[in-house]
Amino acid sequence: MPTFVYMTRCDGCGHCVDICPSDIMHIDPTLRRAYNIEPNMCWECYSCVKACPMNAIDVRGYADFAPLGHSVRVQRDEEKGVIAWRIKSRNGETDLNLLAPITTKPWGTAIPQLKNEAEPTQEVRDSQLLFNEPKYIRMDDGDIHTLESAGLRMKSGVYY
Amino acid sequence: MFTTNPFLELSGLIPPLAMQIYVIAMVILVAGGTILDMIHKKNAEYFFRNAEKAKKAATRNVSAGEKVSIAVSTVAVDVLTSGEFCNQRRRLAHLLTMYGFILFIVSTAVLIFGYAASPSPAIWPLLWHLGALLVCVGGYWFWFAIRVDVAAEGNPWYRVMRADLFILALLATTSFALLWSVFSATFFFVLFIAAATVLFGTVLWSKFAHMFFKPAAAFNKRMTKADGSNENLPEVPDLTDPAVQERYPDIPEYLGKNPPNMGLGIKREAPSHY
Repeated sequence: MPTFVYMTRCDGCGHCVDICPSDIMHIDPTLRRAYNIEPNMCWECYSCVKACPMNAIDVRGYADFAPLGHSVRVQRDEEKGVIAWRIKSRNGETDLNLLAPITTKPWGTAIPQLKNEAEPTQEVRDSQLLFNEPKYIRMDDGDIHTLESAGLRMKSGVYY
Repeated sequence: MFTTNPFLELSGLIPPLAMQIYVIAMVILVAGGTILDMIHKKNAEYFFRNAEKAKKAATRNVSAGEKVSIAVSTVAVDVLTSGEFCNQRRRLAHLLTMYGFILFIVSTAVLIFGYAASPSPAIWPLLWHLGALLVCVGGYWFWFAIRVDVAAEGNPWYRVMRADLFILALLATTSFALLWSVFSATFFFVLFIAAATVLFGTVLWSKFAHMFFKPAAAFNKRMTKADGSNENLPEVPDLTDPAVQERYPDIPEYLGKNPPNMGLGIKREAPSHY
């Protein structure tokens, strides 16, 4: 479902070019508007769609599985710290509005200051966990799950 | 010098009637080029089909009074002050070129149709020169400083492509007009006429017609916001509204009852990496 650009909306500002992780949003040298140079390399991350200040970028579904005429559009409001989605089905029966926070603190005020953190102890260095890995992403309170901790052992061969 | 009417001096060489016929021919070329452009690109068809789609998806009726106020704000913001541009340098360059072009065209028409055979009030030649100068300031600024900047397009000034047909023809027209007025040389007059003919005769291939399409697109964009169709875009509601907070409980939970202004995130930095 690659992105495409509404030419009447784009003003060629380049936000999408900057943000595209696949580097496939470019400015057309003739029309001075953004366009997707390689639609089949687009993995629909929606970064450019959300970054476009003109809402000039949309995503189209492939005709073989997405119902043509549907619409999934997004509005990212940085100052309010929220993202809004609107999903419309082709027959118009579904018109779903969603809203979710995208930050809890003003932008740029909560950058981790890793240089101020205490050095890792020997125990942490010997652990299989990453330094400063938050406790809540561990699978238990102490260490990660292993075959050993689960009372299992590696066997040779293929088992079904 | 800037209060001298160059067309009065020219009337010794070319009869005023010939000048007037040339201006009318240019108007016809612009009108014809725009119509052919519309037929070729089918942009009018797209525009009206889109407007029809928006009308079907509208959630409220826009009254005639509202339409007038939308038209007024389109003219005030999008047309008169080039409000569409995010980049302020481009916006200023566009304003200089736009107002310069309007002054130049209007004063040319007045001088040729009103004062090609008789002396004119000093204001009209002054406006003619001022218009040409403004186009030159805005246009050369765009060509040599803004366009070459990687934050804009990163094209060296000597790289010319089809998209540049309009700006280059416009710059050539006003530059040769000024040179002709200053040096009174037939050579510059011939170049001025050649450049003007290219400018008005290549509407089909250049972006000349944007001055007619852009206001229509800006009006349509404002209309879709007013009638609630909003091009299928979601609305970002007022987060302090209790009804909104009840519908989306994540908002008060993570942002509080009275969410603060989070400032700008990625938009703090102007795009400059291409």
